[in-house]
Amino acid sequence: MKLQKRRKIKSFLALSLSTAAALFGLFWLIFILYDVITHGIGALNLSLFLNDPAPPGVEGGGLRNAFVGQLLITFFATLIGVPVGVLGGTFLAEYARGTKIARLISILSDIMVSVPSIVIGTFIYAILVKPTGQFSGWAGAVALAVIIIPVVLRTTENMLSLVPWTLREAAFALGAPYYKVIMQVVYRGAATGIFTGILLSMARVAGETAPLLFTSFNNAFFSTNMNQPVASLTVTIFQYAMGPYEVWHQQAWAASFVIMLFILVITITGRLIIKWRYKK
Amino acid sequence: MKVLKLFTMVITACLSALISFGHASENINAAGASFPAPLYQAWAYDYNKATGIRINYQSIGSGGGQRQIVNRTVDFGASDDPLKPEQLKKDNLIQFPTVVGGVVLIVNIAGVKEGGLRLDADTLSKIFLGEIKTWDDNRIKALNPKIVLPAKAITVVHRSDGSGTTAIFTNYLAAVSADWKSKVGEGKAVKWPVGIGGKGNEGVANYVRQTSNSIGYVEFAYAKQNRLAYTQLKNRAGNFMTPGFDSFEDAAESGDFDPKKDFYTWLNNTPGKNSWPIAGATFILLAKDKTAQSAKAVKFFEWALSNGDVKAKELIYVPLPKNLKDKIRAYWKQNSL
Amino acid sequence: MKRKNPFDLSFSLLTAAASATVLLLIAGIFIILVKESSLSIEKFGIYKFITAVDWNPVKEIFGAATSIYGTFITTFIAMLIAIPTAIGIAIFVTEAAPNFLKGPIGAAIELLAAIPSIIYGMWGLFTLAPLMSRYIEPALQKTLGDVPVINVLFQGTPMGIDILTSSLILSIMIIPFTASISRDSFNLTPAVVKESAYAMGATKWEVIKNIVLPYSKLGVFGGIALSLGRALGETMAVAFVLGNKHHITASLLDPASTITVTLANEFTEADTDLYLSSLFYLALVLFVLSFVVLAAAKFFLFRAERRHSR
Repeated sequence: MKLQKRRKIKSFLALSLSTAAALFGLFWLIFILYDVITHGIGALNLSLFLNDPAPPGVEGGGLRNAFVGQLLITFFATLIGVPVGVLGGTFLAEYARGTKIARLISILSDIMVSVPSIVIGTFIYAILVKPTGQFSGWAGAVALAVIIIPVVLRTTENMLSLVPWTLREAAFALGAPYYKVIMQVVYRGAATGIFTGILLSMARVAGETAPLLFTSFNNAFFSTNMNQPVASLTVTIFQYAMGPYEVWHQQAWAASFVIMLFILVITITGRLIIKWRYKK
Repeated sequence: MKVLKLFTMVITACLSALISFGHASENINAAGASFPAPLYQAWAYDYNKATGIRINYQSIGSGGGQRQIVNRTVDFGASDDPLKPEQLKKDNLIQFPTVVGGVVLIVNIAGVKEGGLRLDADTLSKIFLGEIKTWDDNRIKALNPKIVLPAKAITVVHRSDGSGTTAIFTNYLAAVSADWKSKVGEGKAVKWPVGIGGKGNEGVANYVRQTSNSIGYVEFAYAKQNRLAYTQLKNRAGNFMTPGFDSFEDAAESGDFDPKKDFYTWLNNTPGKNSWPIAGATFILLAKDKTAQSAKAVKFFEWALSNGDVKAKELIYVPLPKNLKDKIRAYWKQNSL
Repeated sequence: MKRKNPFDLSFSLLTAAASATVLLLIAGIFIILVKESSLSIEKFGIYKFITAVDWNPVKEIFGAATSIYGTFITTFIAMLIAIPTAIGIAIFVTEAAPNFLKGPIGAAIELLAAIPSIIYGMWGLFTLAPLMSRYIEPALQKTLGDVPVINVLFQGTPMGIDILTSSLILSIMIIPFTASISRDSFNLTPAVVKESAYAMGATKWEVIKNIVLPYSKLGVFGGIALSLGRALGETMAVAFVLGNKHHITASLLDPASTITVTLANEFTEADTDLYLSSLFYLALVLFVLSFVVLAAAKFFLFRAERRHSR
């Protein structure tokens, strides 16, 4: 009887510890969210979105350039990264399905996903910035695309594999060539999944700072010229938060709030889509 | 097929957008010293209003300014650490000063106000060498009999990046302390015996603000704009000086700016009775072979030399005297800019 | 198969080329980094570079030991905090929590992974660092600072901008990775096995300890290795609060520098060829290091998968 009790107590203690761990994790989440939201909302105002930065001491500056720059860089990164990723994933799941090379590439992609992003920044500096003699929005977009490619590639591979093989056979039986089967049957079947993967990869790169430091650099002015340095929210946050001016800190909080909202909305949407589509 | 069609549509839309982006307004990209950054950014802001031309000056440190102009990744670089004429020749660059500024010590000690604390060359170098460890050290107390100093450890804040401010500051310390010269030396980045490193003048100012009982060195404008408590410092003539426009100007007057040496000079520990002991000019680097971009940069600085003095004074930088400005204009001509 | 159609052939080639970019990128990064750092490799060699503690731009002597040490120590302490927490969380959301809480709490923890690292860093500088320097670190010094041996860890002035704060932020960042992979592995334990243990009168903890944990060991290892890879390469979260100091120190209250922080701070500002080359060399070291760690992670996860499919 005593032994029984001891075992029960032990079990209770262990489970309490695990509950404590969960609370510890939740505590930080709430702490960070709360902090960013309170500071961020307090610093939000219209001029943040409508004006460009003013030098310290001049009133009424904003971050319009950084918002637009961030969108531009992310947009072009997606434009470069997604087609490559989707096509690459198609190869692994279709033409090379089950082969050794497909396995190797998907393992390497998984590793690529976690390669330190700052290393990618140095790599792009060496191949794009130094030879052209110009920091540029393009270099930033390519750096982010390098991060997007493996993410999208792996999601595509997984999503295509989920499309039942019989569906393809049915299409083959009608005499359709493989590429048509892929485009009209397989892609259609996996569209939601791939789309979600793209969303999540965008959320991932929207918060990246390190690969942009040496590539798209920063710009104090509004510029949509991708051949020139382009401002981004994340690099601006780094600069402003590290800077000594109270106004800068305020704007960094506001920018963090906006970027966090953007990422959380995308991530939650993505997850809801997955749940709704695949967990019925 | 629908997907494909949509995709091609998006691509063509983007390409056409790109082509129109290509014709954006005139841009000049520049990077370098954070020491004059508040001034250059203010000048750029006004210049943009006056002409529509954009000078994108990024404060990344003097080392970065030199590096990026040598690699030609920017249109002009800025550095407080002047390059020697041989070096300029090797990299095919020209160099000229824009303004003079002062490096000041800032502290974050409860109860100590602007100009409240007095330091001299000896205590300063010992603090940065880590030999004086607490604020209530007798050597500091001896200079400040009137204020109560806490028995707290000193946190030294220095630069983490290649910095002209550091070059000026360590050049000063090496000039006044043999110990510093042999143990640490001088340069844009040195091996600091103690302390934490902030990125840029901005970073140092920010760390000092955030950290109690700390001391750091920054360009005066950063101390002023952030209402950080700067200290007094004893100069070579033996007077305790408060940093400010007059004491910087006094230091600037001793400067030997010679166009034949590409204006290479230091303004540290100058003999003037009212000189602030840690001062320096800040320089612009232009690539000789990038003539079109360099000419645009010269145009900007011509505008700044003619119209920028008021703004400079407002931010406590010392504008260059008229005869030096003329020398600089002649120097541009001589380099056919 | 059916590749007679010319469109089909070209489409298959197109997709093959796209998937080959991953190989090209990995090879490309490696080759470019080696090429860019060749100047430094020639000058300092491999062993000497990794073991030398001097990082001195004035004398142009570059050794990576201080940055590597900083990377390892912050990662190590972060893992020390993160692993037990993450496994605890995984146990909570798979076994301990009431059913209606499992989903929401699991999702909330995963949201932690979505917050960009720059926000962690900024929050660390403005919120966490002052708290650390004012309350937590003095308290640690008071309690553990007098214990022999351990006290070397808590010497110096509590500034909040140090190894301890950085490690704490890093741990908060990697908890979600480890937790979600551990949870997935726990969920792979067949219900039949668990139920039969319960039927024999085992307590919940006994089931977890004797059945779930051994069963999902490999998956958990994989999750740990994966978050290890993450922690090694994290830049922004630590760049704000580590203090950028090149030295090797025992005290957790001292500033330090990691490979990533050194790169972020010094890369655009290196003024000589050798300096820049040495920074590329650092990037190369980091790339190889994280590649090896991540490959190990994949290996564990692969083995775990194989075991379950059997």
